[in-house]
Amino acid sequence: MSKPLDKPRSFQGLILRLQEYWADQGCIILQPFDTEVGAGTLHPATVLRSLGPKPWNVAYVQPSRRPADGRYGENPNRLQHYYQYQVIMKPNPKNFQALYLGSLDAIGIDRDLHDIRFVEDDWENPTVGAWGLGWEVWCDGMEVSQYTYFQQVGGLDLALVSGELTYGLERLAMYVQGVDNVYDLVFTEANEANGTPEVLYGDVFHQNEVQQSTYNFEHANTELILEKFKMAETECQALLALEKPLPLPAYEHALKASHLFNLLDARGVVSPTQRQEYIKRVRDLAKGCAEAHAANEKAVADRAWQ
Amino acid sequence: MAELLLEIFSEEIPARMQVRAGNDLSKLITDGLTKAGLTVEDAQVLTGPRRLTFVADLPLASPDVSEERKGPRVGAPEQALAGFMKAAGLSDISEAQIKSDKKGDFYVAITESKGRKTADILAELIPEVMGNFPWPKSMKSGASSFRWVRPLQGIICLLDGDVVEFQVGGVTSGNQTEGHRRQGKGPYKIKNFADYQKTLEGKGHVILSHDTRKASIIEAARKACADKGLELIEDEGLLNEVAGLAEWPVVILGDMDPAFLQLPDEVIRLSMRTHQKYFAVRDPKTSELAPNFIVVANQAAPDGGIEIAKGNAKVLSARLSDAVFFQQEDRKKKLEDYYEKLDTVVFHKKLGSIKDKAERVVALARELAPKVGADPDKAEQAARLAKCDLVTQTVIEFTSLQGQIGRLMFETEGGDKDIAIAIEDHYKPQGPSDAVPTDPVAIAVALADKLDTLVGFWAIDEKPTGSKDPFALRRAALGIVRIILENELRIDINDVIIQALNQVLKNQGETAHCYPEGLTDQEGILVKEFMEACLHGPGAFFANVNGMYDKLGNLIESDKYLIEYYPVEGEDNIYQVVEALLSDLKRVERHSDLLNQLDDLSPDGSVAIGEGENKRNIFPNEGQNFREQILSDLEEFNPMLSKFSADSVNFIADRLKVYLRDKGIRHDLIDAVFALGEDDLVAIVNRVEALQAFLSTEDGENLLAGYKRASNILKSAEFDAGEADEGTQAEESALFKALTAARPKIDKALEKEDYAGAMTAFSALRGPIDDFLDNVMVNSDKAAERQNRLRLLAAIRDTAQTIANFDAIQG
Repeated sequence: MSKPLDKPRSFQGLILRLQEYWADQGCIILQPFDTEVGAGTLHPATVLRSLGPKPWNVAYVQPSRRPADGRYGENPNRLQHYYQYQVIMKPNPKNFQALYLGSLDAIGIDRDLHDIRFVEDDWENPTVGAWGLGWEVWCDGMEVSQYTYFQQVGGLDLALVSGELTYGLERLAMYVQGVDNVYDLVFTEANEANGTPEVLYGDVFHQNEVQQSTYNFEHANTELILEKFKMAETECQALLALEKPLPLPAYEHALKASHLFNLLDARGVVSPTQRQEYIKRVRDLAKGCAEAHAANEKAVADRAWQ
Repeated sequence: MAELLLEIFSEEIPARMQVRAGNDLSKLITDGLTKAGLTVEDAQVLTGPRRLTFVADLPLASPDVSEERKGPRVGAPEQALAGFMKAAGLSDISEAQIKSDKKGDFYVAITESKGRKTADILAELIPEVMGNFPWPKSMKSGASSFRWVRPLQGIICLLDGDVVEFQVGGVTSGNQTEGHRRQGKGPYKIKNFADYQKTLEGKGHVILSHDTRKASIIEAARKACADKGLELIEDEGLLNEVAGLAEWPVVILGDMDPAFLQLPDEVIRLSMRTHQKYFAVRDPKTSELAPNFIVVANQAAPDGGIEIAKGNAKVLSARLSDAVFFQQEDRKKKLEDYYEKLDTVVFHKKLGSIKDKAERVVALARELAPKVGADPDKAEQAARLAKCDLVTQTVIEFTSLQGQIGRLMFETEGGDKDIAIAIEDHYKPQGPSDAVPTDPVAIAVALADKLDTLVGFWAIDEKPTGSKDPFALRRAALGIVRIILENELRIDINDVIIQALNQVLKNQGETAHCYPEGLTDQEGILVKEFMEACLHGPGAFFANVNGMYDKLGNLIESDKYLIEYYPVEGEDNIYQVVEALLSDLKRVERHSDLLNQLDDLSPDGSVAIGEGENKRNIFPNEGQNFREQILSDLEEFNPMLSKFSADSVNFIADRLKVYLRDKGIRHDLIDAVFALGEDDLVAIVNRVEALQAFLSTEDGENLLAGYKRASNILKSAEFDAGEADEGTQAEESALFKALTAARPKIDKALEKEDYAGAMTAFSALRGPIDDFLDNVMVNSDKAAERQNRLRLLAAIRDTAQTIANFDAIQG
């Protein structure tokens, strides 16, 4: 029976363990996407690559932004900027669940002492027309991951099902390190030989939470943002309307529109009826990109550069 | 007989689906085997988080079947023989046998089908059953197109100890399975069911039966509590769920910070139950919640569960800390202060915000209050507060506590008891088994809320169709029926529906979209004021045309419109406004009253407005048109309104029928009583119950038969209506006298709502009717005799109709 490793003692240590573990399983270790997204799922490496007939195995860290969740650095659990760890295996291997459990061993969770449960939780992301079946994974009653078998993305049925794992890194690290306040997490351990000090999560991010929350809630210029939203929407639509559509850049503009809408929402200037309308506009963009990408995938030959 | 063992092993099956899936599996396999000619004995099904197991005894093969098909007589025409051969699959008639009976010889074709091996049948049947399995939701996995609830991992299929081999979804059946992930994974090779059970429940650490897991959890949970002098708060639904979440359930008693006990019990229990799937625990001495919980883990941990208890306590504490935070935030304001914020929550696009709904319910509850014995001021206040908690953080987080949180907040503020109860109870009944509100203020608000929902969705044509009822209108209607009946409220259902409709239309009017576009804000406010005045009665409508014109004039001047523009602009505008107002008004007012008002118009139909030098007739050119317009609008509107109210009353009547049918009352009797046009549900039910009792007596049965004979005769008869007299024959005269004596008694009894009394009085006619029908020739040659007898029968029918429409009763 697999035995857990000792616990990683820092936030970055936890990430490195996951990187190493999933690299060992044959996943591409990709870097974060460079546009603001609300969740790791929205990275094109998940949304777009889960479409089409080609296998794709990838793991990456993705900074995620949810402007409305900001608490000015005063809440021990809630952040407007946090990290998700995302794994996609397409098609999901038969032992995907065992691989997932192995990743818990890798980050030092002793599954003899702790109670791991798979509790029904079907996942849906209407913005990108995606849904799947799966579970919330509980460790002693705490949700440590979201585990999903994708069934549809961009409103399209999938020929190859992707297994998707999302780990909320801060929450998981708090559990592993046994701390109650996210800002108390050890981000980096001290190195005595070099004289580098211990760094906490708060040292790295607290000021960012304070300032970004203030911006999100008080100073975000809604007229400008609305203007930017329209620009992103126009750009995305134009790229999709080309004779040879460009779904990859178009999708980046759809993501920008999505984030700009979240900013407007956080400012409280979106009425409930408008809200539905904005969500629909973003969804139409994302769906358009997914459809164009799926069509393109079929047309492009393997290793077309060779 | 041979033993079949089938285990379908997969990743975690949602707890709520397991038991149902087991039953479906058992039924589909048993039906398939039976259809293949096999007898299935001692079938048993076991379900758990990762497996469905089916066991039964079967023969090793299906029996040979010999089928005989009888053909034509020997020597029958060529065509008949050919047809027979084709049907029986014979190439020559010599392949048929010849049998004989009394009438002679005939052909018989015998088809023999050999029995099949049970293993072969299973190898076909199981993949078919699994391929079409009725999961509520299923999924594909990897590159396969096979669907199961979660990825399929293995199949055991053993018949008499031998593997029955087949493939489903990329899995080949065999004799191997896995146990508990941490405490006995295996794999294990299995010989038969006894071995399977012993292995898994022993080394494998898997309790196979859902019921056994339930029993072991409840027993251990009670004991864990009792050991600490505590008492488990039992919860069958939760027990079923946790029994589906653990293969090897281990009960652990956890602690929480007693400081959280300051939260409402509802919040604590809901956090435990829905979010964490814990049982709550109480102190038996005080009956209050104890600072503990019961969690059911899926394994026996080497430290005795200390870490698991600690981890779970931490999660609960984080959840409850959130709840404490929400509660503190919520209580910074009074419950009533949340009212305005209800405007930010959409109830329905076409029916406005929750605040719009609340406003309608406020007005309606106030109107209903006197009818249900409630204080109108309290009903109004309760209705205003009833929805306020929907925008508190606590309810946003714990939606199912709507109403309860409002009540608690209002109680903490020291609010009135009746109102507090109404805030919580106005949602009741939430389902057929939920109690109805009984406090008058709560009744007024609950009825108003449900009537508003029902009538509102009805008005925007969002009626339920078939199994689709997205706005739960059937539940609302049944709620209305139950609240009225179980509280014996004497309400005219038609009236209250019209009242509810008035509120909906008034509220719609206020959204101003039906007014001419381009009104300034101030004009808009004016329109609102005017609407409100109008809705107090048609008189106010005309009275306000004057005031309206003056106000509009002032407004225009104050807005520095060019004074020269005033007459033209003003008139045009007011014409449009008045027209729009009128079109709303016509939808809501009682029209006969309005028609009377028309007489007050100037002879040419124009309307005089303004005072002194401003005095003028508006619509001077359209005067007559205006009058005619009103008349035609009313004509159009009247049937529309009656149809609307009839439709929604019928919808409520349908719920009443369902409700009464569940109580064992015949639906034709309900129809018979409904046909009378009665709008008082309590009276309807009393009458129906009396009718059912009456018709089950011999008198009742015969009287119904007599009535039907009389009614049939009348159906085809033509005669001049009029009063009957004693007539010419003894039986005729006897019936006339009996009816003359009974009628006042019946009327008097009905007046007192003594339906049983009315029916007893009516039953005195049974003998005379029978005698009359048996002995008197209705279709007499003498026209006068015939007419009197028909009139007598008509009088009987009319009398019966005052009790119920006997034609609708199936006799």
